[in-house]
Amino acid sequence: MAEAGSEGKRSSRAAAGSAPLLRLDRVGVVRDGRVILEDITLEIRPGEIVTIVGPNGAGKSTLVRVVVGAITPDRGRVWRRPGLVIGYVPQRLALDPSLPLTARRFVALVSEAGEEEIAAMLGRVGTPHVIDRQMAALSGGETQRVLLAAALLRGPDLLVLDEPAQGLDQPGEAAFYRLLENCRREAGFAILMVSHDLHVVMSTSDRVICLNRHVCCTGTPAAVEAAPEYRALFGTGTGGALALYRHSHDHAHDVDGGCLPATPAPAAKAEGPTDGEGTDAAG
Amino acid sequence: MPLADALHAAFAEPFMQRALLAALAVAATAGPMGSVVLWRRMAWFGDATAHAALLGVALAFLADLPAPLGILAAALLAALFLHVFSSRETGNDALLGVISHGGLGLGLLALMLSGGGRGRIEGFLFGDILAIGWDDAALAVGLAALVLATLAWRWRGLVLSSLSADLAVASGLKPRRENAILLMMLALVVAVAIKITGALLVSALIVIPAAAARPLARTPEAMASLAALIGMLAALFGLSGAWVFDAPAGPAIVTAALVLFLGTRFFGRRR
Repeated sequence: MAEAGSEGKRSSRAAAGSAPLLRLDRVGVVRDGRVILEDITLEIRPGEIVTIVGPNGAGKSTLVRVVVGAITPDRGRVWRRPGLVIGYVPQRLALDPSLPLTARRFVALVSEAGEEEIAAMLGRVGTPHVIDRQMAALSGGETQRVLLAAALLRGPDLLVLDEPAQGLDQPGEAAFYRLLENCRREAGFAILMVSHDLHVVMSTSDRVICLNRHVCCTGTPAAVEAAPEYRALFGTGTGGALALYRHSHDHAHDVDGGCLPATPAPAAKAEGPTDGEGTDAAG
Repeated sequence: MPLADALHAAFAEPFMQRALLAALAVAATAGPMGSVVLWRRMAWFGDATAHAALLGVALAFLADLPAPLGILAAALLAALFLHVFSSRETGNDALLGVISHGGLGLGLLALMLSGGGRGRIEGFLFGDILAIGWDDAALAVGLAALVLATLAWRWRGLVLSSLSADLAVASGLKPRRENAILLMMLALVVAVAIKITGALLVSALIVIPAAAARPLARTPEAMASLAALIGMLAALFGLSGAWVFDAPAGPAIVTAALVLFLGTRFFGRRR
């Protein structure tokens, strides 16, 4: 860990922005004897957008919780750049009804930001009207935006979002991604996001990681423009905020999600994305 | 002003002043603590700790030590037990049940085997706030100040980790540590509050004012402050009532809290 730290210092002087924010090294998580995550190696650099896709039960949320520190992995190592500030947008907020909480107070608790900053940010994310409402009374979309506002006000180096667009309709999702992209362009933070859709990701993703307990494949998303059939399916209202990710697997899965020997590659493989560096598609 | 006259008459006596001082101090801390306890679904903590404290009393009899020392030790032990064994599989409520009844069983056993204290146990069960000295009252005030200061210091961490442990961790906090601090403070409050209401009713001071404050509050801080205020009102009215009707003080304070609870439910619903 000390070695990784000094390496980070050196390269930040040489090439600012290329020192990783976070590194997972062969991380594994086991619960009740069941393997949830296996051999995950992952690096996130400043300003990068990394999207995680995968089927239900693939361990996406577990991976996110490892990244934010809520789970200590059973195997492997997690390294965070010293002083790394994480903004976390959880999948949902399970509020106990006995806890009274306005949106204003929630954002203040998470971000420790001032009154004016909070009001401005809630306006920015498009929910200025909920500031004095109870968190429990907000709709799904409003809750997501308030969670985002709180995470952004922390001034994060890394924004971690777990299925932030879940429960939003297609235009709402596109608007959410555009908002995210605009904020990122200004503040320059990196994004690690779990997408609830196996095939549709933020078009500006630098890397897409397909997870199914282990890293199945990684690559860049093909632009929506290149896939007219998907444009027809999702409409043009996304304004280019969404993109299609074509999976390129060199193996198949049995019903439990375990790996089977490689199946004959489908025709799509030839035009599939290239493997991202640093992550090996274990199989 | 018959009410003012009644209050004046009630608190003219030094023993009533001591009782009021101690009750106000404990209520001021029990309210905010109770709020956090409700958010974490730990409403049975007071009962569990009080039952475990019976074991402490019995052991103190056996070892010929002062009973408050045994109570404090048992309360801290119960908190430690909860902290160590709390997990996803066994929820707080189940674990508190184990501590509560385990402590009661062991405590009764130890009490019977010690063969003594049958007369002295009454004060433990029902409280003896009217019999406390200035040193006890001063102790309650000092402890209240300590606990309130700690609460203020850890407040953001306590609320955020009650809200979502993951969010707290991601914000650089340590929910396990906040939990340990909370349990320790709760053990202290319960150990002192047993003097006032007795073991049977100690939980009431923690749970009822906080539950009464909930319908009136829109933020965590408002709920905590209102719970303190309601608890202190209950202490004032309860002690006055005990004086006027020559009733036991602990049950009178709890009854006053219950009336206030019903009142805020009524107003909370009408709003």
